[in-house]
Amino acid sequence: MADALKGHGSEKEVVISGRGITVGFGERLILENLDIDVYRGEILGVVGASGTGKSVLLRTILGLQSKRAGSVEILGTPYDDADPDTRAKIDRRLGVLFQQGALFSSLTVLQNVEFPMREHLRLSQRLMDELARVKIDLVGLAPEAADRMPSELSGGMIKRASLARALSMDPAIVFLDEPTSGLDPIGAAEFDELIATLRDTLGLTVFMVTHDLDSLHTVCDRIAVLGERHVLVEGTMQDMLDFDDPWVQKYFRGVRARRVESEV
Amino acid sequence: MATATAAQLDFSDADGQARLRAVGSWTVRTVGGLEPSIDQAIANISEATVIDLSGIEHIDTAGAWLLTRLQRGLNEKQSDVSIEGASDNAQRLLDALNPTEREIPAPPPQIGAAQELVEAVGRTMYLSWQDFLAGLNILGGVTRGLIRAVPNPSRLRITSIVFHLDRTGLRAVPIITLMSLLIGAIIAQQSAFQLRAFGAEIFSVDLVGILVLREIGVLLTAIMIAGRSGSAITAEIGSMKMREEIDALSVIGVDPVEVLIMPRLIALILALPMLVFLADIAALVGAGLVSWVYIGLAPEAFIDRVRDAVALNTLFVGLIKAPFMALIIGIIAASEGLSVRGSAASLGQHTTAAVVKSIFMVIVVDGLFALYFAAVNY
Repeated sequence: MADALKGHGSEKEVVISGRGITVGFGERLILENLDIDVYRGEILGVVGASGTGKSVLLRTILGLQSKRAGSVEILGTPYDDADPDTRAKIDRRLGVLFQQGALFSSLTVLQNVEFPMREHLRLSQRLMDELARVKIDLVGLAPEAADRMPSELSGGMIKRASLARALSMDPAIVFLDEPTSGLDPIGAAEFDELIATLRDTLGLTVFMVTHDLDSLHTVCDRIAVLGERHVLVEGTMQDMLDFDDPWVQKYFRGVRARRVESEV
Repeated sequence: MATATAAQLDFSDADGQARLRAVGSWTVRTVGGLEPSIDQAIANISEATVIDLSGIEHIDTAGAWLLTRLQRGLNEKQSDVSIEGASDNAQRLLDALNPTEREIPAPPPQIGAAQELVEAVGRTMYLSWQDFLAGLNILGGVTRGLIRAVPNPSRLRITSIVFHLDRTGLRAVPIITLMSLLIGAIIAQQSAFQLRAFGAEIFSVDLVGILVLREIGVLLTAIMIAGRSGSAITAEIGSMKMREEIDALSVIGVDPVEVLIMPRLIALILALPMLVFLADIAALVGAGLVSWVYIGLAPEAFIDRVRDAVALNTLFVGLIKAPFMALIIGIIAASEGLSVRGSAASLGQHTTAAVVKSIFMVIVVDGLFALYFAAVNY
């Protein structure tokens, strides 16, 4: 997997950097003084028990959740206190796959994928249609799916369509919030493979919140474990297995983990 | 991003071979400007072509797609195309796009305006029939629920009925009272003003009494409740339908009509007559106040006059209509709620339809009642 990193040229360039992130609701602190780095071209898997703030971290990095302290830099530019124009510029280089897909229910899949292009760029309708169909094809959806409404899609198709929309503007960084939740194991494996392929072809950086041990094993270059309001440990799968923490041990060496491990 | 040289496609011609050199940044941000030169190149070139990609600084799928379009366009014109100077990155993107040889599904065939009109009329008729059936279905479901509740009254869900009585009935009291008071006052003022020309302003009391009790009281209250509670019922049931809560009820073995719709319908049928009675009284009070101020008719005299002008049956004509109108509002709202599909737009559409249809049907039914009462001379 280190080869994959090298394949994209440069030595480790940090594309997302969070420093001292603190987020709380009322009295309760969810994240406290959390530092995190994501390097160009890698797939980072963020795991943690339910309620440790994985999704909160993702939303905080994206500025959807306000934080009490800390700073976020994306692509070398301060993101959290950037003026709206700079922020919009960075936003166009990000793609987000929300947990439930968040496809616009009144638009067809094709229109959903075209939406960011239509808002931000001046392209001919023909070119937008073609580009959207290329994206739909890249994520492995059948061409007929383009003209369906989101309510007519299966769970797996919604994830794919939503990924196509996230890729619409050829982003540098893609955020995935539990991309394989709700998919059957075969569908999930295919989705993992898809993400790895897209990373290789498009040179994406992927920030993935997940619960899926298979995903962590097969596609993630690096894993960050959240717990006790900060990053407990980050590193490769081997680092996880060697790390001495009851939860981490249980998670990565539990029955389900052993099953996965034996397959690898 | 690095400051890129302007993206463009340079053309040169040598020894019967065309040479296209792509330079600059070919990304989703620049392809809009590149598209015309691509199409121009496809239209103009008919000889063997070399596409030179060595001048490209940045490329993404959008740029790669334009190159693919160029290559395919030229291939279709039987000219020999070769690509050189592609970076690893560009080559990888081109390879990824190349198998996208899929058929783009043909757009649905265009139909003429006349055919479209006929189709629209037919569809509307068919949907109206479906609406009617759906309404009957709910009425049947509620009736069955009521029959089942006879041996076992706890199935009536008294708590739920009381809850909905509070929401559709009690909480509507202030607005209904205020509205009716004003309407009664306005009608009294207008009729007194017009009848004054004939020196018959005292008859404005008869006019208000009969008009309000027979028609206006029930009609306006029903319309207000259709807007207030009908829309709420559709939105509630519709969003439950969207989140599969209705399906969950059926799977658990509970009839959604019995649990969700019957209590709302019963509450509506109980609440509307009470609200109509309240509206009648409020309108008469409004009329009495205006008569007092405007034509100097003391409250005692007003009450005497009303007693002479309207018999008890005038009041009943209005009140009898109320439960039927409640039934219509409830059934239309519930059936629209149940026909909500997955999208947010559909929820909005059906909520609007519920209000519009129930107000329309309330007025139609009011007309039918007027014909009926005239025929039986009540």
